Amino acid sequence: MSYFNTLAFGVYPYVAMAILFIGSWIRYDREQYSWKASSSQLLEKEKLRMGSILFHVGVLGIFFGHLFGLLTPVEIWHAIGVTAPMKQLVAMGAGGLFGLICFIGLTILIQRRLFNPRIRATSKKMDIVILFLLYAQLILGLISIGVSAGHLDGHEMMKLMMWAQNIMTLDLVDAVENISSVHWIFKMHIMLGMTLFVVFPFSRLVHMLSAPVQYVTRQHQIVRKRFAR
Amino acid sequence: MKVRAQIGMVLNLDKCIGCHTCSITCKNVWTSREGVEYAWFNNVETKPGIGFPKEWENQEKWNGGWKRDANGKLQLKIGGKLRVLANIFANPDLPEIDDYYEPFDFDYQYLHNAPDKKHQPVARPRSLITGQRMEKIEWGPNWEEILGTEFEKRKADKNFDDVVQKDIYGQFEKTFMMYLPRLCEHCLNPACVAACPSGAIYKREEDGIVLIDQEKCRGWRMCVSACPYKKIYYNWKSGKSEKCIFCFPRIEAGQPTVCSETCVGRIRYLGVLLYDADKIEAAAMTPNEKDLYQSQIDLFLDPEDPQVIEAARKEGISDNWIKAAQRSPVYKMAMDWKVALPLHPEYRTLPMVWYVPPLSPIQTAAQAGHVGMNGVIPDLKSLRIPLRYLANLLTAGDEKPVERALERMIAMRAFKRSQQVDGVEDLDVLQQVGLTAVQVEEMYRYMALANYEDRFVIPSSHTTYAENAYDLKSSCGFSFGNGCGDGNNSVNLFGSQSAGVRQVIPVVVEE
Repeated sequence: MSYFNTLAFGVYPYVAMAILFIGSWIRYDREQYSWKASSSQLLEKEKLRMGSILFHVGVLGIFFGHLFGLLTPVEIWHAIGVTAPMKQLVAMGAGGLFGLICFIGLTILIQRRLFNPRIRATSKKMDIVILFLLYAQLILGLISIGVSAGHLDGHEMMKLMMWAQNIMTLDLVDAVENISSVHWIFKMHIMLGMTLFVVFPFSRLVHMLSAPVQYVTRQHQIVRKRFAR
Repeated sequence: MKVRAQIGMVLNLDKCIGCHTCSITCKNVWTSREGVEYAWFNNVETKPGIGFPKEWENQEKWNGGWKRDANGKLQLKIGGKLRVLANIFANPDLPEIDDYYEPFDFDYQYLHNAPDKKHQPVARPRSLITGQRMEKIEWGPNWEEILGTEFEKRKADKNFDDVVQKDIYGQFEKTFMMYLPRLCEHCLNPACVAACPSGAIYKREEDGIVLIDQEKCRGWRMCVSACPYKKIYYNWKSGKSEKCIFCFPRIEAGQPTVCSETCVGRIRYLGVLLYDADKIEAAAMTPNEKDLYQSQIDLFLDPEDPQVIEAARKEGISDNWIKAAQRSPVYKMAMDWKVALPLHPEYRTLPMVWYVPPLSPIQTAAQAGHVGMNGVIPDLKSLRIPLRYLANLLTAGDEKPVERALERMIAMRAFKRSQQVDGVEDLDVLQQVGLTAVQVEEMYRYMALANYEDRFVIPSSHTTYAENAYDLKSSCGFSFGNGCGDGNNSVNLFGSQSAGVRQVIPVVVEE
């Protein structure tokens, strides 16, 4: 078991992150024409409107929740007076809320992608695969809220946080030790999460790296010179 | 003064016969690919009608173009920057494919391999999106061709606004029609550029052509909504937006665009216009919509003016471009004779494809005595196409410029008729419309004879000087992104597909 834990929670994260970064880099460098959001709104509007907005609002909430929740050092939480049980309750509440919003959105999107003939005919395999991967990951995450409700002392959550932070600081041994005793549902959730990292560069998920935040500050008109004089 | 040059276009609607040669040649060259079957960089509409896509002129519905906000500032009609970003997950102002039409093809092969039957075999339509049988084609790229569909539907045409008694034009005896060929306007103040969250759309400094960088486009599809002319199309296959490129590879070589070159009616003109880029913003912000036509022509600079020439040289505009501007048919029609007018200036994009309004037969010609005449020029109120309709189309509702253009065209005809039939020079008619005999002879040469050399005055770009040929050695030419990859490899790690490969969906013919 400890061999498996080392492999899955000590080695796999690095493999996954390497594929995420190097894969995205290569695609960005070589395959700009394939780098896009792949919107299908032109072919179907009503359901996309409902599904996409709910999904994106939910998933952005979940993403930033995980990012700050897992990677903020414990000292900072202490400094601002947040105890582990408090933090767990917030995580469960916010995660549950955004998870539910995301779940409704994703259900609509999957229904639309599979049963709208126009969308189905123009879908790539990866478009469908990625929806189901996200769906599975979301459901695992929602179930894990129920598991956490069984122990509200924040101890299990601390282990997950420590694992994530140990991984980031290349502290492999501690990372595996922290994670080995958590409930299997969290382990599944983490492994699938890492798998999402792996498929990231090969799917439409890359569009999130191109979130057009610079649009807010840029001037309206753009003029380019064909040749430098 | 910041002098910039742009290749502009004028279409003489008085001579358009609605043959669609422009649309077809354009389609064959640029959009005969999967994903853009429904897209027509150039299309010809029969007016009055709701057009393509449906009701594109109704900006209360589509929110295209610009508006002046309460503080007199210019803002996209789809909203400010934050609102654009907020709508990125689902764009409320995006037309659906059915607002254009579901692209279709016919099972022609069935005509060859149909078994022996009692009835003649027919080639039935199938969708080019799903590959499935279409029982009925509901709409097409030119559904209203020559007043097709009921007047009840066509009268939703926005140009009917404020036309008195528009319902009478539904009567057979009173009806009117005209053709309107449309392409990207390559605006001076393009709304698509301003709306692009990725900054992928840009205007070229040298010739004003507006292009979408296919490698930078991420498919956020805000440009489709922002363009009031609905001339940006989302390619559902590649996930990127595409638009008319003004045939820039031809323009650079000094050749006319494909639509212009192939126009059998010789209605299209291409020429250089010099304008003052510093004044664009102020011109687009003109408070009164009816003044937008005037403020746009105020942007254009006289290419014979020594000061303008000097300023143009300072900006690096080469002598052959300045010479071309002096010979520009577009400048002559828009500025000297004022017969060409912009399309919907009220959108505040400062469009650069202009139109000569069409003359029309005089109503109740049988009762010739009842037509009011102003010398030899008939009262324009009795023209079959209501003046107000043309004014709504071309000058934001101001009838005077349209009247002037039409009167000048009628005067040209009257003058040439008296000159060639009766052998007298009728200078009175020219005086009445404010033209000289020399001007009219030139107008006649450009608009009636319309020689190739007069219609197209396109200076070639100095690519031979500007490009370093050594650096370009072994580089790829025109490609659909991804560098030189030709997409011949069927396996692609990143799931992209060659845009040039058309994958025909096999259809099962059922008995």
